[in-house]
Amino acid sequence: MTEQNPGTLTATPGQTVGPFFGYALPFPKDNELLAPGSPGTIRLQGTVYDGAGHPVPDAILEIWQPDSAGQVSRRTGSLVRDGYTFTGWGRASTGNTGRFTFTTVNPGPTEEGAAAFIAVAVFARGLMNRLFTRIYLPERPEYLATDPLLSSLPEDRRDTLIARRDADGGLSWDVRLQGDGETVFLDFQGTATPTGASR
Amino acid sequence: MTSGPRTVHSDPDAAAETQADLSAEIAATGASYRQDLLGGAAPETQPRLDFAPYRSSILRHPTKSLHHADPETIELFSPAFGHQDVHALESDLTIQHNGEPLGERIIVSGKVLDGDGRPVAGQLVEIWQANAAGRYIHKRDQHPAPLDPNFTGVGRCITGEDGSYRFVTIKPGAYPWKNHLNAWRPAHIHFSLFGSEFTQRIVTQMYFPGDQLFPLDPIYQSIVDQDARDRLVARYDHDLTRPEWALGYTWDIVLTGAHRTWTENEAFGDAGDEE
Repeated sequence: MTEQNPGTLTATPGQTVGPFFGYALPFPKDNELLAPGSPGTIRLQGTVYDGAGHPVPDAILEIWQPDSAGQVSRRTGSLVRDGYTFTGWGRASTGNTGRFTFTTVNPGPTEEGAAAFIAVAVFARGLMNRLFTRIYLPERPEYLATDPLLSSLPEDRRDTLIARRDADGGLSWDVRLQGDGETVFLDFQGTATPTGASR
Repeated sequence: MTSGPRTVHSDPDAAAETQADLSAEIAATGASYRQDLLGGAAPETQPRLDFAPYRSSILRHPTKSLHHADPETIELFSPAFGHQDVHALESDLTIQHNGEPLGERIIVSGKVLDGDGRPVAGQLVEIWQANAAGRYIHKRDQHPAPLDPNFTGVGRCITGEDGSYRFVTIKPGAYPWKNHLNAWRPAHIHFSLFGSEFTQRIVTQMYFPGDQLFPLDPIYQSIVDQDARDRLVARYDHDLTRPEWALGYTWDIVLTGAHRTWTENEAFGDAGDEE
C-alpha cells in the first residue's frame, strides 16, 4: 500500500445497476434476515413507484439494520444464511408488481432515546446511482420528533420515511422515486466539504 | 431490454430517435457543463440522476435535492462478509462450467480504497457482465447473439488485507439496447462494492480503454466530467498480463470518504473470519 494524503482521493462514480442484475445480485434467502416464522420476525413490505405512479419491476433494495436490542451485527454469513445468525443485512428484488418483501426484526435504537430506523439503499434500471434513505418505526413519536434527520424535514416529507404498522405486526413502506410523495433520499457526503474532509 | 421509460417490452419501432438526436442532447449538456466550469463551478464527480438521454431515467430520478444527513450509528458500519459467504473459486468466471468459455480471457484486478486512500479489507465485491458476444444470460436479454454454455458472467470475491481484488473472466462484447435506434453500450463489467460504512455502498460499471462507443453512450455520458468518466476506465496492464494465457487490466475503486474513526482490527470484521 502506497502512502496517500488523507482526503485527497476523489470517489469513483456510480452507474446504474442496469436491467440484468437479476441473475447476479439475488441469492437464496437474500431477503430473509432471519428464517420466516422465527420468534420476533416481522414482514417488511412495500412497492417501488416511478414518477408516473407505475410500479418499478426492476429495482433492488438493500436494508442494513441493528437487531431488536439496537446492536449492530458484525457477523458474516449474509450470502449463505443459516437461518439463525442475524447479520443485519438483506437484499430484495422487486417483482413484476414492483413489490419487495423482507423478513426481519424491528430494529432497536442504537442509542438511548434515539429513534429506531433501518438504513436502505435503492438501485434500479434507469436510476443512475444508488439512493440512500431510511425506514423509521412509527412508534415512539417523542423520539421521532427529536430525530436530527426527521426534525430537519418539512412535515409533509417526514412521513415518507416512517413505515406503517400492519395488523400482523409487520411494516409497510413504499419508495416513490419521483413526484407526489417523493421519498426523501439522503446525501451523506454533504456539499459543504466536497473535498471529502467531512469526517 | 427496454425501449422506453415505462414499459419492459415494446415495439422496436417506437425507438425512432436516432443516435444523432441523442448525441445532440448529450453534446448540449456537455457544453453547458463546460460553461459552468469556466464560470467557476466545482467539477462534478458522480453521474447526474436527471439525465434525459438515458430515457429510462426520465421517470426514475428524484426531482428534489438529496437531503443532507449526518450518518448515524448503523450507517457508520457495514455488513460483514467473509469466506463463509464467498468461495475463493467464485472469482474465476472461466471455470464455472465443464468447458472453457469462448472469447478473450482477461484478468481484472485492482484495489478498493476509501477516500483517504486506506484499503477496504475483507469486503464483498460482486461483478456481472455479458459474454464475449455481448449477450447476457438474463432471460430478458433479447439480443440475438449466442449464449455461451460455459459462461454465466457472475463473480464474487472478498478483498484482501490491502483492499485488493482479482477476477479472471472473458472480455465482454459491446451490447445493443433499445434506448434509441442503433444504441450500443460500450463493453463493461458491472461492479457492486461495499465499504467499511454503509454510506460507501456503490454499484458502478468498469469500461475498457479506447472504446469507440464512449461518446455515444448515454449511461457513460451521464457523468458529464471527463476526469470523472476516466475513473471508470480500466488501464491495460502488461505486468498483469500472463504469457500465453490472459491480458491484464487494472482498475482501482475509490469509495466516498469514511466518516467513522477507523481501527486496525476491522480488517476482516470484528467477528473474525476463519481463513
